[in-house]
Amino acid sequence: MQDKQRVVKPHLAEEWVGKIYTLLCIFFLIVTIFSMVYFVASKGIGTFLLPNVNVLDFLTGLKWAPEGSPPAFGALPFIVGSFTTSILAALIAAPLGICAAIFMTEIMPGAGRRYLQPVIELLAGIPSVVYGFIGLSVLVPFLRDVFPGQGIGIAAGSIVLSIMILPTITTIAADALAGLPNSLKEGSYALGATRWQTIYRIILPTTLPALLTGVVLGISRAFGEALAVQMVIGNAPHIPKSLFESTSTLTSVITLSMGNTVSGSPHNSALWSLAFILMAMTFVFVFIVRWLERRSKV
Amino acid sequence: MSAKTADRIATGVIISVAVFIVALLASLLGFILVRGIGHISFDFLTSAPQTIKAGGGIGPQLFNSLFLLVLTLMITVPLGIGAGIYMSEYAKPGRLTDFIRLIVEVLSSFPSIVVGLFGLLVIVNLFGLGFSLFSGALALTVFNLPLMVRITEQAIRGVPREQKEASLALGLSRWKTITSVMMPIALPTIVTGTVLASGRVFGEAAALLFTAGMTSPRLDFTNWNPFSPTSPLNPFRPAETLAVHIWKINSEGLAPDAAQIAAGASAVLVIVVLLFNFTARWFGRFLYKKLTASK
Repeated sequence: MQDKQRVVKPHLAEEWVGKIYTLLCIFFLIVTIFSMVYFVASKGIGTFLLPNVNVLDFLTGLKWAPEGSPPAFGALPFIVGSFTTSILAALIAAPLGICAAIFMTEIMPGAGRRYLQPVIELLAGIPSVVYGFIGLSVLVPFLRDVFPGQGIGIAAGSIVLSIMILPTITTIAADALAGLPNSLKEGSYALGATRWQTIYRIILPTTLPALLTGVVLGISRAFGEALAVQMVIGNAPHIPKSLFESTSTLTSVITLSMGNTVSGSPHNSALWSLAFILMAMTFVFVFIVRWLERRSKV
Repeated sequence: MSAKTADRIATGVIISVAVFIVALLASLLGFILVRGIGHISFDFLTSAPQTIKAGGGIGPQLFNSLFLLVLTLMITVPLGIGAGIYMSEYAKPGRLTDFIRLIVEVLSSFPSIVVGLFGLLVIVNLFGLGFSLFSGALALTVFNLPLMVRITEQAIRGVPREQKEASLALGLSRWKTITSVMMPIALPTIVTGTVLASGRVFGEAAALLFTAGMTSPRLDFTNWNPFSPTSPLNPFRPAETLAVHIWKINSEGLAPDAAQIAAGASAVLVIVVLLFNFTARWFGRFLYKKLTASK
């Protein structure tokens, strides 16, 4: 038997060790994110302090010729490219993902858990370069044969992205549908509604904010995806006239050019501004998601 | 159209979507494995890549990927578990905790290319670590940390309240309760989550382009001195990983068999990720049985 005094002291010391250790960990996390925002923002805003570049021209300019004389920094083609590819990807993936979620929760929960769930998890696990490689070696030749154009472009990019964001949309939709109180569905069935009527009159409207959360998270992931898109989009710096024409996104131009520019040159700073736009969009997406989450609790 | 017909049509559509998704995964995996497995051989897995000749392998890249994963986990796991424990046990509900939660959410949705650029700016240039395995591991830590925090937090929250309260009632300190009572119960979930996250780290390329670099020096696999520049164990050498290698040969590969190498390397990458997925499930169940009294 130990003396009471001697038991109490290590007990307190132990508690302090735990407190300090976990606090340090969380502190590291906070410092990381603040320095990340600070460094990328300060680099990104630097471009606008250069002579003959202003924010409005940067965001709406159509010509991107950073090495030309005089250099032109019009980022609109990339912004348009990023938005069209990610929104198109969500338009393809959302119906598929929501149907899959309905299948897993309402139609065949057993088969859903046993087969569809692991399939979705594996889809989420395939690395993005592998998606890019498949896109480049299967999808692009296919699109080239079937549609006019070279196959590369927004269509190829958004199809590849739609497969990559399908797991995000499906998982969140399935969680939302599973969390719905049973009494709602039972009430609907008791009134004589069929399963489909229950799904689209009761289940989908009630879970709509949560379903949209999944879609926005999907768009946000597609917006930030770099390599898979870069491999299939063609990388021409202008706004395309069709979905099957080469174009660029914010991420693809950063990926391609960042390694070839000298730090501090106007070209390099312009790329940092593109990265800053990407980061700012992340914040916008997070706030949309938060807003939707608040809606879904009501 | 009667309500019953509409119901049947809708059910049919939903089931066919589910079948389509399963078929999609099957054909993706089938394509990768059929195209790539023929190219995989012992020689392919161990020899160095060739720039302009055919017959290059992926030996250094495969080693770099595994080594980088180990380094990343060595940094991420202690930090992520610590921060996760703080979030679930020590954080008091209030403004500050909400704010930290928002930060973790923002960090987890940052595009990996932005994480890579941050790494280039701060780790590679400011800290002067250069294009190296260690820079890559730090960038991947930033990329992986929010996920680890969320996994730990959820696992710890999943521990039954009674167990925690019984331990506190016996006079154990909070930290002792966490480490000796709650962690064994939460560990299987944490391990499963970590292994799944490792799969994600293993396949990540965008965050590594500008941190671990796109080249790999000649490695001498007989030199195990970690301070020698040609030693594979030196964490301060540039290291192209498998995923980066696939990207590079697809965009600027000059070797005549670039397509086959890409296919073989993709197959290796997918097989490793599949292995991670299956071991995660199996190991989680195994640990659960081992550490708790349940059958």
